[in-house]
Amino acid sequence: MGERVKVGMADYNVCQAPDSIITLGLGSCVGVVLYDKTTGIAGMLHAMLPDSNLIRNHANRAKFADTGLEDLLKLLAKKGVRKENLVAKLAGGARMFNFSGSSDISGIGDRNVQAVKKKLMEYHIKLVAEDTGLDYGRTVEFFPQTGLLEIRAVGKGVKSI
Amino acid sequence: MPINSLEEITDGQYDVLREIGNIGVGNAVTALSEMLGSRLIGMAAPKVGLMDIDKIADVMNGPENPIVGILITLSGDVNGMMMFAMDEGSARRLANQILMKESNETTFSHMDFSVLKEIGNVITGAYLTAISTMTGLQIRTSVPEVCHDMAGAILSVPAIEFGKMGDKALMIDSAFDETKQDINGYYLLMPDMESYNKIMEKFGL
Repeated sequence: MGERVKVGMADYNVCQAPDSIITLGLGSCVGVVLYDKTTGIAGMLHAMLPDSNLIRNHANRAKFADTGLEDLLKLLAKKGVRKENLVAKLAGGARMFNFSGSSDISGIGDRNVQAVKKKLMEYHIKLVAEDTGLDYGRTVEFFPQTGLLEIRAVGKGVKSI
Repeated sequence: MPINSLEEITDGQYDVLREIGNIGVGNAVTALSEMLGSRLIGMAAPKVGLMDIDKIADVMNGPENPIVGILITLSGDVNGMMMFAMDEGSARRLANQILMKESNETTFSHMDFSVLKEIGNVITGAYLTAISTMTGLQIRTSVPEVCHDMAGAILSVPAIEFGKMGDKALMIDSAFDETKQDINGYYLLMPDMESYNKIMEKFGL
């Protein structure tokens, strides 16, 4: 068994097999895994908001799906990962509170998911698995050794994608 | 002086927030006592503080710790939202007391949730009344929504709201000491920056 690399909220990091990489309690935030099978290196981003361009104060780049992915890709490149080898897995983007009238709160999870997908398309990185939306929190852990993303939710057991 | 992000809060504004916190929590204790039919005593002075949004779940014992969050949205003169978050045990004790039962289950029934929503309504309402009374601003609130899940997941909602303005969250720590059992909760008040400045302007700040 390897070590477990933690990723906080508005944060990203990388790990290499046999280590795993984990982020706890994703709600409306999204967890994006970028994974290179050839090197066994994986990166994870825990982003809170879809677009840095919509926010005046965007000094914290890991907070946003667009700038967070950009920086994570740079870090992976520094580790010797080729972008062509990367595939992506995606989790989170839940609707924790269901306000029928207020789309901004209810829709932020969904917008996070869409923003990540758009960015992945731009980078030509294939999204191979996702567990997104719905109304519950997720802890996600990625194991580069198996290529599986393990998802734990309260009262729902564990599943792997 | 209007500010652009919570990082710029001045000492004078802190004093105002603390005062609003004191009166707001005081109102909430009174309202909760009436609702529970028992006197809540020994309320600790609420602590008002700014914290990093990425550490927000730490105050509730970490991102995976199950909590109950009650969320309302604000409109009128003040736009934004307000959350009351409490640990599972506190929520259970409150629901038990209102429903006059002695459950120690960690899942909540439909009825429990209805009660918790109503409690959320009462204590956020009492808090907001303090702001309205002090400022003359009209604040309308939505019907509350309740969620029982991991702290990280629930608090991601206010964290994202605060995240739009900066990297700090404004939290008001309130402890309602009942005679036998404590009820610990946190208020998270999230006016948008314009509304925040509107409130402060009423205090001449």
